[in-house]
Amino acid sequence: MKAHRVNQISAGLTGLAALLIVAGLVVVVIDAVLGGWGALSWRFFTEEPGDDVSEGGVFPAIYGTVVLTLLMTVAVMPLGVATAIYLHEYAPPHSRLARWARAAINNLAGVPSIVFGLFGLGFFVQLLGKAVDHVRGGGLHYAQPGLLWAALTLALLTLPIVIVTTEEALRAVPVETRMASLALGATRAQTLGRVVLPGALPGIMTGAILALSRGAGEVAPVLLTGAAYSLPTLPNALSSQFMHLGYHAYVLSTQAPDVEAARPMMYATVLVLLMLTFALNLVAIVVRSRARRGST
Amino acid sequence: MAASRSTRIDRWVEWLVTAAGMTGLVALGLILVFIVREALPLLFDGDVTLGKLVLPQPWREGRAPTWLWQPLSRVPKVSVVPLIVGSVKVSAVAMALAAPMGIAAALFSSEFASPRARELLKPTIELLAGVPSVVLGFFALTVIATALQTLFDWPYRLNAAVAGVAMALAIVPIIFTITEDALRTVPNTYREASQALGATRWDTAWRIVLPAASPGVLAGLLLGFGRAIGETMIVLMASGNASVVSLQLRDPTRTLSATIAAEMGEVVSASTHTSLLYFLGVLLFVLNVGLNASVGAWARNRVLRARGAHA
Amino acid sequence: MVCLAAQAWSGTVTVKGSDTMIDLAHRWAKAFTRQRPDITVQVTGGGSGPGLAALESGATDVAIASRGLTALEDQRLQAKFGEPPLAVAVARDSVSFFVNVKNPVRSLSLEQLRDIFLGDATQWAPLGGAARPLVAYTRENTSGTYAFVRARVLGDEDFAPTMQQLQGTGAVVNAVSHEPSAIGFGGTAFARQVRVLAVRIDGREVLPTPQNVASGTYPLSRELFFYLAPRPSADAAAFLEFVKSPEGQAIAGKAGFLPLS
Repeated sequence: MKAHRVNQISAGLTGLAALLIVAGLVVVVIDAVLGGWGALSWRFFTEEPGDDVSEGGVFPAIYGTVVLTLLMTVAVMPLGVATAIYLHEYAPPHSRLARWARAAINNLAGVPSIVFGLFGLGFFVQLLGKAVDHVRGGGLHYAQPGLLWAALTLALLTLPIVIVTTEEALRAVPVETRMASLALGATRAQTLGRVVLPGALPGIMTGAILALSRGAGEVAPVLLTGAAYSLPTLPNALSSQFMHLGYHAYVLSTQAPDVEAARPMMYATVLVLLMLTFALNLVAIVVRSRARRGST
Repeated sequence: MAASRSTRIDRWVEWLVTAAGMTGLVALGLILVFIVREALPLLFDGDVTLGKLVLPQPWREGRAPTWLWQPLSRVPKVSVVPLIVGSVKVSAVAMALAAPMGIAAALFSSEFASPRARELLKPTIELLAGVPSVVLGFFALTVIATALQTLFDWPYRLNAAVAGVAMALAIVPIIFTITEDALRTVPNTYREASQALGATRWDTAWRIVLPAASPGVLAGLLLGFGRAIGETMIVLMASGNASVVSLQLRDPTRTLSATIAAEMGEVVSASTHTSLLYFLGVLLFVLNVGLNASVGAWARNRVLRARGAHA
Repeated sequence: MVCLAAQAWSGTVTVKGSDTMIDLAHRWAKAFTRQRPDITVQVTGGGSGPGLAALESGATDVAIASRGLTALEDQRLQAKFGEPPLAVAVARDSVSFFVNVKNPVRSLSLEQLRDIFLGDATQWAPLGGAARPLVAYTRENTSGTYAFVRARVLGDEDFAPTMQQLQGTGAVVNAVSHEPSAIGFGGTAFARQVRVLAVRIDGREVLPTPQNVASGTYPLSRELFFYLAPRPSADAAAFLEFVKSPEGQAIAGKAGFLPLS
């Protein structure tokens, strides 16, 4: 029947669109793998860049990225979870303040990452950094780009992610459970701490992992607040600069003196970054679907 | 007594949580105040007038005045017009590619696909959303540039089209996710009624479900556009960074975000250039807030769930 | 994980600035740390301008620059330190113009180069090439190399707006090596997989060979500088000593730069 044909064609065409999108992803991954797989080796993961930057490994960049994102997570989780708790559990239903708080978070999610970088540079590095140095005495340490400021900048950027996923997790905890707890005489805080949060934990973890993944991949904010191209030692203080996988890939692709020789290195760095973010995303997806299935 | 201690803790927790709840407001407010503060010296700087920002400026003897961004020159030229045109141009290319694809794929997932196909499709596209933009930029400047140049024999290798294609890859997951959600939210009764009246699945999808979901779809499009305008790494690496005002897709272009990233090394003292770059940041900020404000509350949560912010 | 509260302030030298020199500075840093493991040298790029700006703000010990100071920078640094900064030439370099290896053009005069980058010459045919439009790449406008070419070749006029600005000479070389109609410029040390143009002067074609650069026959040579505070820290001074030593200069040679004669 003609209707059937129409259905088939439209299903086919829209399916083709979906396939093309997936194909886009696949091509990006394959390109990174083809270009970089050969350069991956145990040495690549554990050594620092050689004298010629197209040799050696990217361990310091991996280390820097990991330390940075862990710091960021430590900064963002308490704030993000607390904000979500406020919005979902404590905010009075028609409070104007709550509405504004929520609108602010929506807008925060829309701020371009380079603007976060500008803010991090101007506010954290130059303003707070100078204040900290002034109070501590002893010279210029914090009034320059470094781990602490980069981590805080990234924390601001990933705050909306944590808030939204936590809210979703809180929503998944049935209202009846809360009511039962309150009916048994627990305070709101006790209900929160002993009933709601444990129940929402998988979702909160999803948020943490998604934030981690996002933070590990962002380059624009760290461009101005702490990433460096060549550091002979690993960062060992909150004010240290650090190497960063994404920044390293960017610099290699623009400033490597011998572009052909650096090409495998570039690709490999990109591949490592991709593997890292993919792994984190996959974990988050799995955790989230397990949590959904478990909480029926 | 146990009761009053837990009551005290309870109040403490409430206070703490409410304070934390204001973080978003505080952060957003701080950012806005701060970048405006840094851009403020421009108002008092004689060199930078509204005319210089917006009108064509003379740049060489014997040439017609034109819009030019060349702040480091004997006579600084600070027209923001090429930059705005650049940002809009690349985003437009990205939207032209991503919107049809995203909406079509969402239609597929919501109206035609089997449940199993849907289960596979969603996470896969979410994975695409997780690709860092520096990786997409790198991909653009190697693969996409070569591919487009071979295909079309363009003189310029890095241009608005190359950046736009990579940008489309970056924003299609947002459009897909929000549109798909919007479509799924349309009650099944609409579909059933339509099919009971004899319409094909396609007719139902295109003429009933999609229009019913249009507020959400529109929200997704606006948010995708907002993301594209603010995106930095892809354009920094792949657009050629030439501050020309041109409508040709094959011409290189310079965007607001890439300009900030490229020139912001001049960290130090308040120079006019620094204030200018902060001003560009204010422009970007205002653009995004404006786009956000025009999006309905419904879709905002959805996109945030899909990790919708920018790179 | 290393204890982040621990601090290692002493024995750090921060080096920031020219992207042309960043690889060289990186090599120097590594070699120096082998000699003096107690001193850490951090190297960041960003361009000569940002490096000098960081010197003024105190964010860096050494600013590496592929050009001299502008009047404004000189003024600012003098205001900051009370006297002129310590300027030390550490290597020589030449800036060359390069084209794709498929391009038949082998030399251009300074006037022709000027015309190209001012946007007046837009086709290859009148210059001796195939009938293709010309595509020009430059560095970003904060780069010392950019400023150098603007001063020496363009006579302080501005580059045409159609010039594509790329971050880093590596990116320029990459672009030129992929596009048959492209032309770009940068430190000669970077020019691989592209054809370096000879500069036509008085009818002679002068390539940027080490001899031509050292003798001054090739016009576009420059000294690369370290700028430090007038009274630098002992660690920074030690690094500077190393860089100027025969060992340091040999490293410069290996990196494709020319030692100071």
